[in-house]
Amino acid sequence: MIQCKTSKEIGGMGHSLKRKEDARFIRGQGKYTDDVNLPGMLYMAIVRSPYAYAKIKSINSEAALELPGVLAVITGKDLEQYNLHWMPTLMSDTQMVLPTDTVMYQSQEVAAVIATDRYTAADGVEAVTVEYEQMKPVIDPHKALDEDAPLLRPDKEGKTDNHIWHWEAGNRKSTAEIFENADVVVSQKMYLPRIHVCSIETCGCVASFDKAEGKLTVWMTTQAPHAVRTVLALVAGHVGLSEEKIRIISPDIGGGFGGKVPVYPGYVIAIAASVLIGKPVKWIEDRSENLQADSFARDYHMDVEMAATKEGKMQGLRIKTLADYGYTDAAANPSKYPAGLFSICTGSYNFQDAFTEMDAVYTNKPPGGVAYRCSFRVTEAVHAVERITDVLAQELKMDPVELRMKNFIQPEQFPYNSPLGWEYDSGNYPAALELALERIGYDDLRKEQVEKRARGELMGIGVCSFTEIVGAGPSKDFDILGIKMFDSCEIRIHPTGKAIARFGTKSQGQGHETTYAQIIAEQLGIPALHIQVEEGDTDTAPYGLGTYASRSTPTAGAAAAKASYKILDKARKIAAHLLEVDEEDLEWEPGKFWVKGSPEKSKTIQDIAFAAYTNHPQGMEAGLEATHYYDPPNLTFPFGSYICVVDIDKGTGQVKVRRFMAIDDCGNIINPMIVEGQIHGGLAQGIAPALYEEMIYDDDGNILNGTFMDYLVPTAVEIPHLETGHTITPSPHHPLGAKGVAESPTVGAPPAIANAVVDALSHLGVKHVDIPITPFKVWQILQEKGLAT
Amino acid sequence: MIPPSFDYATPQSLSEAIALLHQHGSEAKVLAGGHSLIPAMRLRFAEPSHLIDISGIAGLSYIRESGGFLRIGAMTREVELEDSELIQSNYPILLDTAKMIADPQVRNLATLGGNLAHGDPANDHPATMLALRAQVEITGQGGKRTVPIDDFFPDFFTTVLEHGEILTEIQIPIPPSNSGGTYLKIERKVGDYAVAAVAAQVSLGADGTFQQVGLGLTNVGPVPIRAVRSEDSLRGQRPDEALYAQAGQLASEDADPGDDLRGSADYKRSLIRELIKRALRRAVDHAQGRS
Amino acid sequence: MSKHTISFTLNGDSVTQEVDSRLLLVHLLRDDLQKTGTHIGCDTSNCGACTVLLDSRSVKSCTVFAAQANGKAVETIEGMEQDALHPLQEGFHEEHGLQCGFCTPGMIMRAKELLKKNPNPTEEEIRWGISGNLCRCTGYVNIIKAIQYAANKLNEQQKEAA
Repeated sequence: MIQCKTSKEIGGMGHSLKRKEDARFIRGQGKYTDDVNLPGMLYMAIVRSPYAYAKIKSINSEAALELPGVLAVITGKDLEQYNLHWMPTLMSDTQMVLPTDTVMYQSQEVAAVIATDRYTAADGVEAVTVEYEQMKPVIDPHKALDEDAPLLRPDKEGKTDNHIWHWEAGNRKSTAEIFENADVVVSQKMYLPRIHVCSIETCGCVASFDKAEGKLTVWMTTQAPHAVRTVLALVAGHVGLSEEKIRIISPDIGGGFGGKVPVYPGYVIAIAASVLIGKPVKWIEDRSENLQADSFARDYHMDVEMAATKEGKMQGLRIKTLADYGYTDAAANPSKYPAGLFSICTGSYNFQDAFTEMDAVYTNKPPGGVAYRCSFRVTEAVHAVERITDVLAQELKMDPVELRMKNFIQPEQFPYNSPLGWEYDSGNYPAALELALERIGYDDLRKEQVEKRARGELMGIGVCSFTEIVGAGPSKDFDILGIKMFDSCEIRIHPTGKAIARFGTKSQGQGHETTYAQIIAEQLGIPALHIQVEEGDTDTAPYGLGTYASRSTPTAGAAAAKASYKILDKARKIAAHLLEVDEEDLEWEPGKFWVKGSPEKSKTIQDIAFAAYTNHPQGMEAGLEATHYYDPPNLTFPFGSYICVVDIDKGTGQVKVRRFMAIDDCGNIINPMIVEGQIHGGLAQGIAPALYEEMIYDDDGNILNGTFMDYLVPTAVEIPHLETGHTITPSPHHPLGAKGVAESPTVGAPPAIANAVVDALSHLGVKHVDIPITPFKVWQILQEKGLAT
Repeated sequence: MIPPSFDYATPQSLSEAIALLHQHGSEAKVLAGGHSLIPAMRLRFAEPSHLIDISGIAGLSYIRESGGFLRIGAMTREVELEDSELIQSNYPILLDTAKMIADPQVRNLATLGGNLAHGDPANDHPATMLALRAQVEITGQGGKRTVPIDDFFPDFFTTVLEHGEILTEIQIPIPPSNSGGTYLKIERKVGDYAVAAVAAQVSLGADGTFQQVGLGLTNVGPVPIRAVRSEDSLRGQRPDEALYAQAGQLASEDADPGDDLRGSADYKRSLIRELIKRALRRAVDHAQGRS
Repeated sequence: MSKHTISFTLNGDSVTQEVDSRLLLVHLLRDDLQKTGTHIGCDTSNCGACTVLLDSRSVKSCTVFAAQANGKAVETIEGMEQDALHPLQEGFHEEHGLQCGFCTPGMIMRAKELLKKNPNPTEEEIRWGISGNLCRCTGYVNIIKAIQYAANKLNEQQKEAA
C-alpha cells in the first residue's frame, strides 16, 4: 500500500486518480491529427519506390495531372529548387525528402500527389509512372563493408565506404586482460531483428500556411513539437519560415512509443506543398506505408562475451555490435550517444570491467532507428547481458536466480559507478527479485519442471533482472541537434484558486493530464481536478524536448515540482502578509498555511490565490505563477525483476506463456493505476517481439511482411494474463524521488521470455534462441535434437 | 487503401443477379460478405468493373435439415453457423471451423458460400466440406446444378463456377449416429490463415470401427486436399493411436505445402502429421459420446 | 463509377446521403458526417479501430462500402452516451481501460455486441471476443476488466428493470 500525504480530494502523489483525459476519448471526441479538418483542405498521397535500390530514369505525372481534382505532383526536382530535397536527421546525417536521382529503400517516397480529396489523391498516385533502373542493393549489413559493396552515400563528402561511425565505451585493454585470465568465458551471438512500433494511429500532419500572416501551423503526430519547430526554422529559414511564425500542434496522439519522434519526409513535403499552394494540406499515411517506410527499431547484431570465476562471480563483459541503420543514420539519440545508452549493458551486476564497441553501417533499408519504448538502445543492452547471464548459468550448471543474486550490485553500493561510466542513482535488486520469486512460487515451479522433464514435457522458467536508464538528460552530456535536454513546466494559478499548467513534453497516452496535475496537487494542495494540464502547442507551451525514452517524469515532472516550490515561496509571502506574521512563523501542509501555535489562524491556497490578484503586499507583483526549466543532474535508473513460465507444445513448436510476473521499481509512484497500466502495455510490447514480431527482407530488399496481415501484432488472445507488483526505491536526486517507468517492461520482457524458452530446452543442449521465438523456430530446434514429430 | 472505381448494383433476385453478371462480363464480381474481395480491392489487387451485391436477395440464408442433408444457404454468415444450436450440437466440425475464421467482426459478415467460392486453399471451410463429403448447389442462367465438393476446386484459386453462376446452397449429408468431427487449425496469431489445419469427420459402426472417415487439409497445397490414403487406412479399423500416427504420416506425404513466412514445407508436413492424430482423437471422442 | 442515394439511421437519426459506390463506410462517417470517433488504424482489415455496429452487428467499417449501409442502422461511439454514459464507457474509465484512446471506440462498439450476445463472459471469452481489435498501449489487461465491469453493471440494470 502506498502512503499518500494528501487526501483523496486533493489527489496528490500515490492516489490512483481516474484519468481526466478519459472524458473525451470514451465519447469518441479525441482530436487526433486525421480529425483536423480545415476549409479548403487538400490531401496528399505519396508515390513510393517498389525497389530497394534504383536510379530514377523518369517521373511522368501527365496522366495524374489530367485527373480532375489533382492539383500538383511534387518531385525531388521541385524541392531541389528550394534546397528542400534533403534535410538533416536528428543525428546530423542527411536524409532525402524526395529523391532527385536515386532511391535507397523499398517504399521510399518518390513523388507526392496533391488533390482535392483522399480518393482522388490515391488515384493520382496510381497514375504517376516512374521508370527505374534497378541496382543490386546492400541488404546484409555484414556485406555492407565488403570491397565490392556499392557506395551507398556518395553524397557524403569524403565517404569511401558504407561505414557510418565506430563507437566504444570502457577499457579495451584491461577488459581483455580479465578475459585472458578468467576461469570461465562464455560467448554468444545474438540478433535483435528490426521491428516496428505500430502505434494504432499512423503518422501524419495537416500543414496550413497562411500567406497573409506568413504563418505556418502544422498539426502533427509528433512527440517533440518544439524540436520540430526549431528544426523547421533552421532548415527552411531560407524559404521564409521564421520560428515565431511556425506553430506546431501535437493534438491527441494515438500512441507514440518513439515512432513519432523522427521528422518524416511526408511532413516536410506536406509543409512545402502548403507553403507553395497556400492551402492546408493533409497527409495521413496508410499502415503499409507506416510499416514499410517509417523508422524501425532495433536491428543489432551482437557478439556478447562474459568472463567469470568458476564459482560464478562475474568479472568482465564484452560486446561487439554491428548496427544496421538503413540508408541514413536517422536515429533519435542524443548527439553524443550514437549508440544511445547502450553502455548500460553491464546491467544490474557488479562487473570489474567491461568494454563495448559498435560499428554502424548503411544498407538499402528504411532509415532509423527510433528509440522504441527502450530509452535509446537499452532493450538491446539488457537483452545482451540478461541472455549472456543465463548462458553463464547454464555453463556453470547454476540456477540463474542464484547467479544473479551472487552478482547484483548491492543496495549499499549506491550511488554506483559502473565500469562504463554511469552513476546509478539508487537500486535494490535483491528485493525486487525476492518479491518476484515469492509471488510466482519459484521453488514449486522448479519442482514441477523436474517432474515434467522426466515425462518429456517442455516447461521453462525465465528470469530477467534489468536496470534501465531513463530521463535524458543532464545538459553537460545530453543534447539533440545541440538543443539541451532539459524540460519545462509553467504554472499559473487563477484568482479562484484553480490552475493551468503547461509542459514541454507531450503525452501519447501516458496520462500526463492526470499525473502532472497530481504532482502539482501534492506540492500546492490544489485538487488535481482543478489543475488543467496542457501540452503540445508550441505557441503556448514552454520549450521542451518532448516525451520519449521515459523522460517526462524525470524531467518535466521535476520541473513541475520546482515550479510549484517557486509558487509556494510567493504564496508564503502572501500568506504572511494576510496573516500579519513573519514567514518563519508559518507552517504549511498541502493546501494551507497556518500560524505556528495558532492553527485557527490559517489561509488556504485558494485564499492566497485570490489575494494574489486583489490584496498582494505592496511592492510585490500581482499574480501567482512560475516557470521552471529543469536540468536533471543525472538520469534515473528504474529496475525490476521479471519471471515468466512457458510451456512448449512439442507437436507444434508453439510457446505458451503460462504466467508472467513483473516486479518493477520506479521510485516514488505518482499514480499506481497509471503506472500499472504502463507496465501492462510495455509487457505486451516486449512479449510481441519475443514471440511474434520482426521485419523480414529478402535479398533484393523487398519487405516480405509489410502489412498487418504478416507483421504480427498480438491480440488479446496472444497476450497472456499479466501479473504486476512493485518495490519502491526512490531516486535521491529527483525532487519527487520518482523515476521514469513506461519502458522498463519493453526492455525486461523479451529476455525473460527468451530465457524461459532456452530454460525449457536447455537439457537438450540449447544455449540460445534469437527472438522472435516462433513455433517454426522451436520446431526446427526440436527437429535438430530429434524430438519433433 | 482506397479502392478503384466500379459500378454497384443491388439485385433483389437471383435471376436479376445472374443477368447482371452476364450483362457486364467477366469483370463483374459477386459481392457477398466482401471480406476477401474488399480488402483485395483496397490494395488494388482486384479491380472489378461491377460489383453485384447479392446480400439483398431473400432466401439465400438458412440452416436446416431436410431430405437427408443439412442445407445451408450460401449467404449464411459465419456467425450464424456459430450461433446455430443445430450446428453446435450436431455438427461440431462446422462450429470449430467457423470459430477459427478471421475474427468476430469479419465473421459477422463473411459467408460460407464466399469462403468456398473464393477458391483459396488457405480458407478454412473447403477442408471441412471435404471431410463432410458435402456437395454444392450452383445456380446459373440454365438452372441449378450440383457439384460434389471433391470436384469443386480443380486448381489453385479456381473453382468450377463459370462466370454468371452463383453458389447458392451447401448440402452436407446428415451424419449417422455415433459421428463426431473437429477442425484443428494452427495459426501464427488469431485472424491469420492456417499454417496448416485438419478437418476430421468420422462415424463409428456398432462394432466400434471406423465406418466413414473424412479428412481434409487446409493450406498445404495449391488446392484443399483430401487425405485419401489416410481415410482408406482407417476405414473398417478400430480407433488406435498407432493407426492415427500412420494416418498422419500418410497425410503429411500427400500434402504439398510450400515454404513461406509461416514456415517451411517440412514444418507444415510435420504439423499435418500431428494435427491428424489430435483431430482423430477428438472426432472419435465425440463419436463415442465423450465431448 | 456509380453514385447512389442511401438512407440509413446513424445513432437513431435518419440520414440521407449521396455516395460514390467506392466510398468506404468509415470515410462516410469520418469525412462526410464528421463523426470522427471511429478511427482508421490499418489498411488490411486487421486492427478493428474502425468497428461500428451495422444492424447491431459489429463490423469493420473500413471493409464495408457506404452503399452497403443503405436501409440499415449504424451505431458509432458517438451514440453510446444517452442520458448517461453507457456502462462500457464508464467501465473503461473506472478500470483504466484506455491510454491513448485510439482503439477505444472500436473496442467499445465491439464489446457492446459481445455483451449483448454473452452477458456473462469469462476472461477467455472476452479475449476471443476482442480478438479483432488491436491495442498497443494497455496489454489488454484493463480492457478486459472494463468489459467485466460493464457486464456486471448491465446485469444489475437488467435486474432492476425487471
